[in-house]
Amino acid sequence: MNKNAIVVNNLSKQFGQFKAVDDISFEVAKGEIFGFLGANGAGKTTAMKMLCGLSMPTSGQASVAGFDVYKENESIKKNIGYMSQKFSLYEDLTVRENIKFYAGIYGIAPQKIKEKTNQLLQQLVLEKEADMLVSQLPLGWKQKLAFSVAIFHEPQIVFLDEPTGGVDPITRREFWNLIYDAAANGITIFVTTHYMDEAEYCNRVSIMVDGKIEALDSPGNLKKTFNAKSMDEVFLHLARKAKRIE
Amino acid sequence: MAKLNSSDIAIKVTAVNKSYIVGKKKTPALENINLTIQAGTLFGLIGPDGSGKTSLFRILTSLLLPDSGEIWVDGLNVITEYKNLRKRIGYMPGKFSLYTDLTIKENLDFFASLFGTTFEENYDLIKDLYVQIEPFKDRRAGQLSGGMKQKLALCCALIHRPTILFLDEPTTGVDAVSRKEFWEILQSLKKEGITILVSTPYMDEATLCDQVALIQEGKILDVDTPAQMVNKFTNPIYAVKGANMLLLLRELEKDPSVERIYPFGEHHHLVMKEKDVLPVLPLGVTINKIKPNIEDLFIHLMQHHE
Repeated sequence: MNKNAIVVNNLSKQFGQFKAVDDISFEVAKGEIFGFLGANGAGKTTAMKMLCGLSMPTSGQASVAGFDVYKENESIKKNIGYMSQKFSLYEDLTVRENIKFYAGIYGIAPQKIKEKTNQLLQQLVLEKEADMLVSQLPLGWKQKLAFSVAIFHEPQIVFLDEPTGGVDPITRREFWNLIYDAAANGITIFVTTHYMDEAEYCNRVSIMVDGKIEALDSPGNLKKTFNAKSMDEVFLHLARKAKRIE
Repeated sequence: MAKLNSSDIAIKVTAVNKSYIVGKKKTPALENINLTIQAGTLFGLIGPDGSGKTSLFRILTSLLLPDSGEIWVDGLNVITEYKNLRKRIGYMPGKFSLYTDLTIKENLDFFASLFGTTFEENYDLIKDLYVQIEPFKDRRAGQLSGGMKQKLALCCALIHRPTILFLDEPTTGVDAVSRKEFWEILQSLKKEGITILVSTPYMDEATLCDQVALIQEGKILDVDTPAQMVNKFTNPIYAVKGANMLLLLRELEKDPSVERIYPFGEHHHLVMKEKDVLPVLPLGVTINKIKPNIEDLFIHLMQHHE
């Protein structure tokens, strides 16, 4: 098996004359926490959609979890997890129902769902809330549950799109604890965030500007390269160059 | 327009409570809120999602009735004088609420006409903002990018030259560059004499405000200037860094002399129980005394309230 979870070569996506993603290339190693940063409108969402098998590239190659984004996008969907701030769980289902629903979609056997659900509820200390509607949970708990549900089927890679937006500072850190645990268990993490302190928690970070990847390295090396004190400075330095008016 | 006297009180909130019925249970959204906001200040309401920021904004803008308490905004009673109040304030909700099938210019003309004014009359106030979206003035609002929608929404909230501007999470989900630009715009509006109440979940934005209130689970944890606020954090705090950050975190969590340790960017912030006592550190770990920031204080206050 390949040591890389994601391999991208010269990937582009064009809408009419507009190059949303413009010839990007990078690799993400298995078990790596990879931060995918960029200003609004830089092309992050378009790139992520292609990697999740939801959007066909215009040109270039990419494989995710060993599957080709053109020909094997259905296999990609089965082997990845996805969670975002905007869409994560069904508010009008209970905690238990959400777990059952997502696990069912991924084709996990009912007996296994049952066992793992109890284990998960215990882990998240949500046993008492198991039969409560998700809408009644505090946001932080929802986000932690959403993440656990996204990796319930033990995907090779999980895509997290601004998973901690609006979450309080303590829960935000608890959330990152879950990310570290998942990465330690071999799950590759592909994460976007607007919190620059969170960029520091990634093994490597890429920064997209106007559809291109302008920088890719460990946070430490990026700061050295751009002679910056923080990732915030690195980001501002690069993203200010953007010419694109969203 | 004459600038407001800085000693005037723009907003006074006394003992406000609000709860919602969720399922069959009464859930408090705001508990005993007291706030005084001086005219002409840039005031930040800082707290995570679900802490009560939007409920408070809706009460202050007369869109929601409190269960109890008294609220004065710009010298008017929010409950009995709401009709006059609504002419004087500008409100930009967290959710995009303009007409998506009207163009940029049509939206501006529409909101100006609602307040009995015109786009031209108050153009000077929104000029700096408007020129950035002007190239797209004939585009429908629904077709705009997030950044442009936000600028248009702010223009619409300003078009009648309000005395107080309420901005509910204008920078949520916005990238670091656009956030910085947005705060620069707020600084220039402040110079026009407009009182600005802005809410945000980003703790680092606190330092850009004259005064901030920290809010969590419907309660105000503290109100002060950002500089004064961090002085209330009295435990010694250090930034530590080592080769294996996760291991360092787990090790120091076990140390009885440690009050708290948590990741903070490239460092961990280490809060000690007592002065001049340091934990045993593994070889190669660097440690520096630091000044606490608002996020450190927020974490501290959150744990003390629990």
